[in-house]
Amino acid sequence: MTRLELYGKSFESRILLGSARYPSPSKLAEAVQASSTEIVTVSLRREAGGSHAGEKFWNLIKSLDVAILPNTAGCYSAREAVTTAQMARELFQTDWIKLEVIGDSESLHPDTAGLVEAARILNDEGFKVFPYTTEDLVVAEKLLHAGCEVLMPWGSPIGTARGLNNEYGLRALRSRFETIPVIVDAGIGLPSHATRAMELGSDAVLLNTAVARAENPARMAEAFAEGIRAGRNAYLAGPMQPSDMPQTSTSLVDKADLRQ
Amino acid sequence: MSEVAIIGAGVAGLTCACELVDRGVDISIYEQAERLGEESCSWFAGGMLAPYCERDTAEHEVMQRGLVAARWWKKHVTEVIQRGSLVLALPRDRNELERLSRLGKQCRWVDQLEIREIEPDLVDFSGPGLLFPDEAHLDPRNALQDLANYLKMRKVSIQFDQAVRLEDLDAKIILDCRGYHSHDVLPGLRGVKGEMMILRTEDISLTRPVRLLHPRQPIYMVPRNNHQCMLGATLIENNERARFSVRSMLDLLNSAILLSPSFGEAEIIESGVDIRPAFDDNIPRLYRKDHTVFVNGLYRHGFLLGPALAIQAADAVMNPDQWKELPQCA
Repeated sequence: MTRLELYGKSFESRILLGSARYPSPSKLAEAVQASSTEIVTVSLRREAGGSHAGEKFWNLIKSLDVAILPNTAGCYSAREAVTTAQMARELFQTDWIKLEVIGDSESLHPDTAGLVEAARILNDEGFKVFPYTTEDLVVAEKLLHAGCEVLMPWGSPIGTARGLNNEYGLRALRSRFETIPVIVDAGIGLPSHATRAMELGSDAVLLNTAVARAENPARMAEAFAEGIRAGRNAYLAGPMQPSDMPQTSTSLVDKADLRQ
Repeated sequence: MSEVAIIGAGVAGLTCACELVDRGVDISIYEQAERLGEESCSWFAGGMLAPYCERDTAEHEVMQRGLVAARWWKKHVTEVIQRGSLVLALPRDRNELERLSRLGKQCRWVDQLEIREIEPDLVDFSGPGLLFPDEAHLDPRNALQDLANYLKMRKVSIQFDQAVRLEDLDAKIILDCRGYHSHDVLPGLRGVKGEMMILRTEDISLTRPVRLLHPRQPIYMVPRNNHQCMLGATLIENNERARFSVRSMLDLLNSAILLSPSFGEAEIIESGVDIRPAFDDNIPRLYRKDHTVFVNGLYRHGFLLGPALAIQAADAVMNPDQWKELPQCA
């Protein structure tokens, strides 16, 4: 099967895992292993405190032998996000950044204007930006224009577990930007949601809470990995189209005649 | 020379001390601070003996091992209040309560009318809740003082201002209960920062700990004497023992005001920051090395799990078979 290509790096796994809200670092490590993810996102804001004091936790994640994708979760302005990204680059020695600029503290809706602005600044500074956005085509266009080579549209708002709120929008995004990796991020609650995202042709799925808050995070991580593989396979296999008319699966000509 | 020397007079050290004294063991106890208090992170604890509602974030083992806590504390301190815990959520976060009721089990749903009945000052809160009727709480600062008094009455006095080193002690067995200070000997130990506040208001008096489950900043409020209550606590993967951030304070206070707008008029009489010692799985355990036992990793469960660990430590001290079962530290 083809591999996932992100900014010149290639990956076998199509699941990206967030590292927040697990019962413990051990449970996080188990989930990472069970999912066989190769990319883990880390939130900087809560843990950093402008110091190296969070290093023990980060080292633990580094020891999992995965690529680290620092994120700017909890940033409410382009400026805040840019500062956080710069801090992350220094701490994790990576130019990857998952860019989140939140516009509303209740709904956690992305501030797409601030996002484009921050993306432009960070791309100019040499970052490889993974922008967390909506399914809006025009915003996506502007993000690409700003230099992003990946799109991360939401499934539904962060932490809601509602699955894909706008399949039509995600499909439109897919067909409009055929060569750009699309990672569905946020709102995924069940493996079936992730499968659906992959069936629509998304390149990967990023999730956190659905695994972290499951009673058994490792098992749920494995379930997601299986669902994502299934969805990817289905997409590549070329699914049949739904029809209004029933279609028999055996030919009538060959049917055995059981009448006496 | 005592049979057992204990280093550290936080909740781990003092529970071990009392448990050993109860079994007639001759002990001595050393603390590097000049008095009981701020040097140990137990000072900033909530003091909730809430094994079931801890299931929100803790594993089954924490619940299991916390079941003995209330009984142990009632035997050793003057005031353990057993009026249950109330866990609330905004209507939109009802799913958080559904999850906890499935995990914590020993609870029942309460509606707004019943919430008003059991906590009349939460009249403004309109959300569902869970009542865990069997849970208890105590004031951790009074409790530590009570344990010190309990020991004193049994002729054991804590030797303060004594930053002893393991190799200086000639006791037969040493219990190392120094919390995060032991991280140089216990490489798996990390610090998890927590920020807390003490509020004072005569407008609201809670009669039991109240928690608000909130996807971003869950809080608990534990009533204390003199119209005070403790508001806690953040959980930050960071070993910094200082710096209460504006964001944390805003988040904690915002959640407090969601419980009741009257908290807006409360006086902030204290804000504290410390780190909790934790192993990677956030579950405490005992390690042995030569003739030393390390009692550590109590994370945010010092008062809940202190007794279970003290019992296990005393068992190991008294019984060579159980001593051998303790994992050795590298």
